[in-house]
Amino acid sequence: MNAKALILCLLPLSASAQGFAGLGTEVDGFSTPAPDPVFDFPADHGAHPDYRIEWWYLTANLEDANGTPYGLQWTLFRSALAPYEAEGWDSPQLWMGHAAVTTETDHFVAERLARGGIGQAGVVADPFSAWIDDWALDGDWRTLQMRATGTDFSYDMALTATGPLVFHGEGGYSVKSAAGQASYYYSQPFFDISGTLHLPTGDVQVTGSAWLDREWSSQPLAENQTGWDWFSLSFDDGAKLMGFRLQQTDGMHYTSATWITAEGETTPYADGALQVEPLMTNTAGVPVHWRLTLPARGVDVTVQAVNDDAWMTTSVPYWEGPVTFAGSHQGRGYLEMTGYD
Amino acid sequence: MTLLIVENLTKTYATADGPFPVLRGVSLTLEAGESLALTGESGSGKSTLLHLIGGLDRADAGRIMLDGQDIASLDDAGRAALRRGTVGVVFQQFNLIPSLKIADNIAFQARLAGRHDAAWCATLADRMGLTDHLRKYPEQLSGGQQQRVAIARTLAPRPKLVLADEPTGNLDETTAATVMELMLELVAETGAGLLMVTHSQVLAARLQRRLHLRAGQVA
Amino acid sequence: MTRAAFAALLSHWVRNPVQLFTLLAGLALATGLWSGVQAINAEARASYDAAASALDEGRYDRLVARDGGAFGQDVFVALRRAGWLVSPMLSGDLGGVRLIGIDALTAPAGMGPVNLSGNLDLAGFLTGGDQVFANGATASRLDGVTVLITPDLADDTAVADIGTAQRLLDRAGRIDSLLVRPDQPRNLPPLAQIAPDLTLQPAQGGTDIAGLTDSFHLNLTAFGLLSFAVGIFIVHGAIGLAFEQRRGMVRTLRALGLPLNRLIGLMLAELLVFALVAGVIGVALGYVIAALLLPDVAATLRGLYGADVSGTLQLRPSWWASGLAIALAGTLLAGGSALWGIARMPLLAAAQPRALAMAAGRRARWQMGAALVLLAVAFVLGFNADGLVTGFALLGTLLIGAALALPPVLNGVLAFASGQARSVTAQWFWADTRQQLPGLSLALMALMLAIAANIGVSTMVSSFRLTFTGFLDQRLASELYISTDSAEQTAALVAFAEGAGAAVLPIQSADVQIAGQPAEVFGTRDHATYRDNWRFLQSTPDAWDATFAGQAVVINEQLARRAGLALGDPVEIGALTLPVAGIYGDYGNPIGQVVLALDAFALQFPGVEPRQFGLRVAGDPADFVTGLTEATGIGAGQTIDQAGIKALSLAIFERTFTVTTALNILTLAVAGFAILMSLLTLAAMRVPQLAPAWAMGMTRAALGRLELLRAVMLAVLTAALALPLGLALAWVLLAVVNVAAFGWQLPMYLFPLDYARLGGFALLAAVLAAGWPAWRLARTPPGDLLKVFANER
Repeated sequence: MNAKALILCLLPLSASAQGFAGLGTEVDGFSTPAPDPVFDFPADHGAHPDYRIEWWYLTANLEDANGTPYGLQWTLFRSALAPYEAEGWDSPQLWMGHAAVTTETDHFVAERLARGGIGQAGVVADPFSAWIDDWALDGDWRTLQMRATGTDFSYDMALTATGPLVFHGEGGYSVKSAAGQASYYYSQPFFDISGTLHLPTGDVQVTGSAWLDREWSSQPLAENQTGWDWFSLSFDDGAKLMGFRLQQTDGMHYTSATWITAEGETTPYADGALQVEPLMTNTAGVPVHWRLTLPARGVDVTVQAVNDDAWMTTSVPYWEGPVTFAGSHQGRGYLEMTGYD
Repeated sequence: MTLLIVENLTKTYATADGPFPVLRGVSLTLEAGESLALTGESGSGKSTLLHLIGGLDRADAGRIMLDGQDIASLDDAGRAALRRGTVGVVFQQFNLIPSLKIADNIAFQARLAGRHDAAWCATLADRMGLTDHLRKYPEQLSGGQQQRVAIARTLAPRPKLVLADEPTGNLDETTAATVMELMLELVAETGAGLLMVTHSQVLAARLQRRLHLRAGQVA
Repeated sequence: MTRAAFAALLSHWVRNPVQLFTLLAGLALATGLWSGVQAINAEARASYDAAASALDEGRYDRLVARDGGAFGQDVFVALRRAGWLVSPMLSGDLGGVRLIGIDALTAPAGMGPVNLSGNLDLAGFLTGGDQVFANGATASRLDGVTVLITPDLADDTAVADIGTAQRLLDRAGRIDSLLVRPDQPRNLPPLAQIAPDLTLQPAQGGTDIAGLTDSFHLNLTAFGLLSFAVGIFIVHGAIGLAFEQRRGMVRTLRALGLPLNRLIGLMLAELLVFALVAGVIGVALGYVIAALLLPDVAATLRGLYGADVSGTLQLRPSWWASGLAIALAGTLLAGGSALWGIARMPLLAAAQPRALAMAAGRRARWQMGAALVLLAVAFVLGFNADGLVTGFALLGTLLIGAALALPPVLNGVLAFASGQARSVTAQWFWADTRQQLPGLSLALMALMLAIAANIGVSTMVSSFRLTFTGFLDQRLASELYISTDSAEQTAALVAFAEGAGAAVLPIQSADVQIAGQPAEVFGTRDHATYRDNWRFLQSTPDAWDATFAGQAVVINEQLARRAGLALGDPVEIGALTLPVAGIYGDYGNPIGQVVLALDAFALQFPGVEPRQFGLRVAGDPADFVTGLTEATGIGAGQTIDQAGIKALSLAIFERTFTVTTALNILTLAVAGFAILMSLLTLAAMRVPQLAPAWAMGMTRAALGRLELLRAVMLAVLTAALALPLGLALAWVLLAVVNVAAFGWQLPMYLFPLDYARLGGFALLAAVLAAGWPAWRLARTPPGDLLKVFANER
């Protein structure tokens, strides 16, 4: 999972500025995820307008010829004001794009907003294409092309999948709270990626690995959940770990994890198996050093941000950036933190 | 222990005509329960002496030992505490608080000193003949009545030394006699020492001892 | 100890409720005045912001169709997909209201009433049916739609989602123009490649209006501070009197053993409590005042109750905070000297009236000395001030100096009158007035500052108004402005205009350096428009004749000031050198300008082709545009109806002007209250002073009449002295501070009728204030007067 329902920031505007806490509000008229899903590809790579929220969320760990690390994000959020799609301006489907490039010293951010129904933004399943303005992610999921632009940066990337899709929770049904809130959630964590970052300092050729998340739901969080800390870690031996911790208003947490072998076999772990502990915050009070333990796999690592200041200055702000980790295992990955603004 | 020892006190005021020595080496002693009248012409320094003993002003030189304490060594706050707790001053001008009722005026200094005793205040009011006026304001009382309030206020915290500065100077003769009678009686009952400034020989004669000042010196 | 002492201090107020009332009311009024002025200021700013945005809808570059018509929204999507950050707009007439459709998701930040970071009901706006935004006045004219009241919108304008606007205007899928965001991504594909039918219309700089309104706002702010100064005078007076009256009690408390620092602490705490109570009342009062005076009730409701009528409630808490902070700061400022006096008061010195009188005499001399020094500094600064800091220093020294000088000057006048008096009553009247002066001087200073502030406000606002309307006439004289795409279009335009009897005034300019200063040179055709509408600050008698004959140039004030050019000085423009024949006011323009005859311009700058034209059209501009489009293909997208814009902006500014007159009434009311308060406080002391006159045969009614007469006479004297001060204030603001802040001088006009009316109001305030104390005096029971002669009081 990454319960990155940022698009929902648009919904709370309608009642009060609830921020991420709005993800726990009631559902009316929307479909809700049910256990034992049967996915239908390529149709399910496309949009599900009868669910309230959905995203296509790609993060990548990159490096240039000198080994300098970079992080990259390309995200398209969908948020529905009503559970249908319509032609023209009356469409209740809202789209939001976030793009970012993180270096060791800089963090470039861009945001786009659009309405469905007029062609400015959308996702079609076959042939797969997700776009907002001139930003796009197209291809057949074996290979994908990706681009985004901001006022001070842009990038053009090519991706190639080297492994299968993986499904989180119980076959793609990912539970988010003890009360049973859930989403459909699968990933393609096995992308090789290469391309060009166009930065104010010049163009940089980069290569690396990328992780694409797909998730949709209508009420992914319980009412008392206000934010989350989400980790995607790639171990040097090829295995991967997805884990998250949901913050609750009572100070308690809900954790969940998926262990992914180098071959793409998954093992889900329920609440409590994964332990997540903040070690040190940056100057803005956001934790940028973490300790992660998953005793069932002998994992005990310290995770550290590549750039402490990877704050997304978007409509609803959050922290999203590349990390490295060491300890029982080594590797790199991505960290997202919400609910700290 | 001697209540009050004054040794070689001097005080000089700056005036338009240059420095004017008000007190030039005055010494006296007073035992607990003893009363002493300070007499002298206008400008002989008797009020100044009273103010110095009461901690209202500072001496230039000399020593004032009051209840075993050297007043000269006290700072502002210390002297304020002395005025609150150890000495009580009865002024010629009454100096009541116009916005407080008589009952509150009587209890006021005792409250400041943190030694309020309602029964004792009631006794004082009764003895001073003020019981019917407790709910009035000072401006509704005659001068004699106001001075009785002032005396009651002074005695309410049971000071060790009462200082009185022409306490009946603003009253007519008959009233003055009554007020004086009451004051002497009550001071004697509390066992306090009394130091009273007066220019009246008749009043001075009613106190146990008398000290005459002339040009800032004991005559 | 603390409780007993605090109770004693407070008991004073219980026994003297009138004093408590005057203190609290004075503070509350001062705070209310401040809050009211803030509210009015904010309203003024909102008004001219609305005016400015109505004037320059072109804050952003726009893409419009070459033919001026509407185009399909697919062009918008195509441009977005190519990376262009553009936002669609559609406007049309909806029952006499101009309905503007926008897309909130792509609109530039801060545009229109729709703010994504605000509390907008986005879902409702986007899909909730026919929701439109409009101000209160416009809302009443819209039927069949849900109107959300937004006071910030200009009159006759409504804003809706573009989808809603398309439906309401029956123009599905069409848009009129695309706003181009300033922060475009890099490496955009060229426009011609994606939307060849569109043309880029550059932003029409709104700097003219912005500069003018900034200046207006600076002046209003200065007067807001001035009103606060008036309030502080009043609070100072109230606190000073309250402390003065409790000196005896303070002495007794200390004699009875209350330590000095405890006493000061208690009095400070007491002041702070009063400040908070009065501050809260004052802020509420300020909003009530604003509610009564401002036309836009919605704005006030929002301020008072936080009712979110427009989605912008960010100002409200800061107004409360600033109101309370001002009350606290004012109290501390005003109470500081009183507390200092208490702290330094010797324990034993008796409050001898004679000593006080001597101290007052010393103070009067010190005060006069300080006043003379301050006024001398002001005089010197008046000739030398050339920056904002020195400008405000000038303002400060002038005001404080004049206020300090008032009591001694009045005293001199009264002494002179006293010497002239024949009858014994008159002699007593003058002498008695002089004796009263110290007690009244603070209130009179407040009155003088209030009157001076009002004269300054009237002068500044009215001068601004004349200048502004004149400037609009000058700059927006043409009925239509038209831009052309090509030389062919220009030729067609000129041919059509000549046929239609319209005058074409080309607007062409070149950027140059003149005397080291960046400037624009304009080539201008001889036409009555210039001779009729342009106002010169200085000129030779035949300035336009000489200019259009190519013998001279006229320049704007900015260039004249910066380059140090005076009439007759030579100006070098390329190879040409011509003398300055006139200097015109060019309000708000940041850079220099030179106006040159068209032929001479063409000779000097052969490469510049005119593309923009002002058109003087005799008939209806709309008919002209229709005919023009038919004949030449120049579309509505290339024309701007300047006359309509001018009328709209004038109407919006008019509201601001009427609102500022509220300042006059407010400050005078407060000054009147100060007089009332001083007289009431003095009333108790007056009895012993009046008793001898009564005993010697004057009736109480006569005494009352004399008291009233005295107040009126003092008010007249004060008003007479305030007139030159107010004019000086206005001059400093218009001619010194404005030049320092913006580089140009607002001309100052005089309005004697306004001043006379103000004087009348001041007099009325004085009569009302003195009336009650005089009436009370006239009814003083004889017994009270007799008591003065009794030995025992």
